[in-house]
Amino acid sequence: MQYRLLYFASLRDRTGCAAESLVSTAADPRALYAQVAERHGLSLPPERLRVAVNGEFAGWDRSLRDGDEVVFLPPVSGG
Amino acid sequence: MSAFGLSDTPLDPAALARELASASAGACVNFEGWVRNHNEGKAVLRLGYQAYAPLALAEGERILTEARERFAIEGARCVHRTGELAIGELAVWVGVSAAHRDAAFAACRYVIDEIKRRVPIWKNEFYADGASGWLHPDGTPV
Repeated sequence: MQYRLLYFASLRDRTGCAAESLVSTAADPRALYAQVAERHGLSLPPERLRVAVNGEFAGWDRSLRDGDEVVFLPPVSGG
Repeated sequence: MSAFGLSDTPLDPAALARELASASAGACVNFEGWVRNHNEGKAVLRLGYQAYAPLALAEGERILTEARERFAIEGARCVHRTGELAIGELAVWVGVSAAHRDAAFAACRYVIDEIKRRVPIWKNEFYADGASGWLHPDGTPV
């Protein structure tokens, strides 16, 4: 399946891109993050991240569909 | 009109407060978050904010709806800056109107606390020594 990934803050710096399309066999965000973390050498563990799919918060075990927009959200620091 | 907003241009607090004007409101509490020149012992030159806009707007709107449900208030509004900000600039503005001050103070506090905790916005500090770092809740740049 093909996913659209967006990156923010330290993850954007580490991956060197704001967005990328990725063909993957990962069926849920947990598996997808494991692949992405290895591919880009990301050091943030999933316990410190939240997941959003298609613009809404989602669980790590949510079933992904072809074309989904997936975002791994680092701890927020607005305000 | 949406109650929560993101802006990549400077905020006008007086104009935002006027949007809350109401003949039945006896109190209006505003919180202004300013860009500070230091953090954790380091001199800060400027900040950059990034937001995941679609989710930030949805979550910000949810927080303001919660505030209206939890507290006896009339209006609640919040706008957060994105992009590059200089020292002293207004980074976030929260305004709450209510018949009485207790609810207005409590709701304003609730809104800024939840915004900082839940809305996908990130702060990058640029330091006087040339380094920079994205902040996370424990204050550790990654």
